[in-house]
Amino acid sequence: MAAVRVEAVLAAAEEEEAEKRRSITVEKELELEYDLGNLLAVDRNPPPAAALRGAGPRREALLRALARDNTQLLVSRLWELPAERAGGAGGPLVAQLPEPTFRLPREKPAPKPRPPTRWEQFARLKGIRRKKKTSLVWDEQAKEWRRRWGYKRAGGDPSRAWLAEVPAGADPEEDQFARLRREKRERVARNELNRLRNLARAHRAGSAVPAAPLHPTGHQDRDELRRVARVARVSTASLGRFQPRLPKEPAEPPSRSGGKKRRFQPLLGNLAAERSRQLELLRDMGSKKPVLDITRAVNKQLRAEEAEAAAANKGKKQSKRGKRGRRQQRPGRSGKKSGARRQPQQQKPAGGGTGG
Amino acid sequence: LICCYRKPKTKRAKRFLEKREPKLNENTKNAMLIKGGNANLTVTEVLKDIYAVKKPFAVLYKRKNITRPFEDQTSLEFFSKKSDCSLFLFGSHNKKRPNNLIIGRMFDYHVLDMIELGVEKFVALKDIKNSKCPEGTKPMLIFAGDMFDVNEEYRRLKSLLIDFFRGPTVPNIRLAGLEYVLHFTAVDGKIYMRSYKVLLKKSGCKIPRIELEEMGPSLDLVMRRTHLASDDLYKLSLKQPKGLKPKKKKNISHDALGTTYGRIHMQKQDLSKLQTRKMKGLKKRPAEKSAQDGGATPKKSKSA
Repeated sequence: MAAVRVEAVLAAAEEEEAEKRRSITVEKELELEYDLGNLLAVDRNPPPAAALRGAGPRREALLRALARDNTQLLVSRLWELPAERAGGAGGPLVAQLPEPTFRLPREKPAPKPRPPTRWEQFARLKGIRRKKKTSLVWDEQAKEWRRRWGYKRAGGDPSRAWLAEVPAGADPEEDQFARLRREKRERVARNELNRLRNLARAHRAGSAVPAAPLHPTGHQDRDELRRVARVARVSTASLGRFQPRLPKEPAEPPSRSGGKKRRFQPLLGNLAAERSRQLELLRDMGSKKPVLDITRAVNKQLRAEEAEAAAANKGKKQSKRGKRGRRQQRPGRSGKKSGARRQPQQQKPAGGGTGG
Repeated sequence: LICCYRKPKTKRAKRFLEKREPKLNENTKNAMLIKGGNANLTVTEVLKDIYAVKKPFAVLYKRKNITRPFEDQTSLEFFSKKSDCSLFLFGSHNKKRPNNLIIGRMFDYHVLDMIELGVEKFVALKDIKNSKCPEGTKPMLIFAGDMFDVNEEYRRLKSLLIDFFRGPTVPNIRLAGLEYVLHFTAVDGKIYMRSYKVLLKKSGCKIPRIELEEMGPSLDLVMRRTHLASDDLYKLSLKQPKGLKPKKKKNISHDALGTTYGRIHMQKQDLSKLQTRKMKGLKKRPAEKSAQDGGATPKKSKSA
């Protein structure tokens, strides 16, 4: 008796639940696709085309019913999201939306990281890092904390400086104020020039110009112009063989290998040139000065070593390691010097062999 | 390039430029609503209503601009650059194409997609007399009809409409504030756009029952010409930078049933020093202990 009652009670409860849920359940053939991050729902069911063809209020009612069903489904999904009460117990119920999944095109292309400037390259090579500077400096004269630069800076207003000392080795008649102003102008101009050069370098590197503008723009440097002139010369039907040269332009023979392989002079060519070349060679061999510039070679080697050390110690304690690394290189330095000195001595007997 | 040479001299100018430069997470797209040389009343009303829906992420130009977007896109691109808008809606009217709307979007200030739609029937905001939802409400978007998946042009149109009406991307949303829904139905070569105000009624359980009230602009559209971007340009525009991908946590995997598995790497354990449960029966008796020590009792070692 009791068991039957329990079953009846449970069945009744279930029916009540179903009754309640009936108001919010919607029957659909195909499930909708949801993108809750965009509050988007896509219904793939084909709408009743025949019913919607007739114009007028019937169509509106049908559309409205369809919209109501779809909106009910979307809102049910949104209500199932994890929600909390914002701003304490009495605040509104706020749901956390997931990330939008529907892929939409961007407005602008993704930003490219700009190439490092000349100073940044040098700093990376040497292992120099930025020193954090305080924004306020103690000004003794004003007896308060002032900014390092800008409005009301610590050193006092530079335009109202009434004293400019003549430095030790300078001309007593020179106008010091004018000199200070001129130097500031020069510094500003140099700064601006370097900034523009860095920009141009970044722009050139970024755009990877294989086809440089073949008309002169007035802002190109010598190497680029030379490159462009060469390209223009070679772009004729006969590959630049019959192009007239300017009076001072050097005559370049067309090198099929691009100047990579050794080219030997013809055997019985210019006798005078051959004689002068041989005499020069003998003169160089006989002189006491080494052909190889040792200091330059050593500096080049040191720079390469420093760059290697800096690159290897990236990520670790850079500044300390840099100093220690440089200190460790000292015993190696003298070794490199002796190695450099050995080279010209090696070349001499070889040169003597070919000359003799 | 002039923007690169000239450095901004004021903080305001710097902020202005920073807003427009390409970023990892982009700003909400702005739309510009432009009238053509011969825009009639219907088209003007449509533009005004769409402006009301899209405020504040839209710009409505008052004057008429004599251009033809399908022939020459430079004028549109110029406007886009000046006002930093990447979506546009251009309205015009002539005998061959009455009540014409061109909806489009830009990528890097160049036209990406453009679709021409004809307005067959239009019911304005002011024609329906009831209370409207507040300005700037994020609308819910619903697309009905299998045409939006089958046809390539309709698919692009769907993407365009989502882009247009989406609004800002928000992490949280107030559930009671879901008041506005835009419903697009594609049937019989026509697209019906209807806007409803959502009323949340009490139902027996937690999820409310929805009742809709026709509110805003409703349009009957028919697709005319299209100018879609080539596949590779479209793919390029879809490309997301690497920084946006969420960082994957290693050693964590998920099951199909929803269980999360983790992998913990332990160091080598000294099993002799492992503390297990104390069982009195296994305790070492003093006789066994002395046998292990090799006969040396602790007392003796202390005295020594």
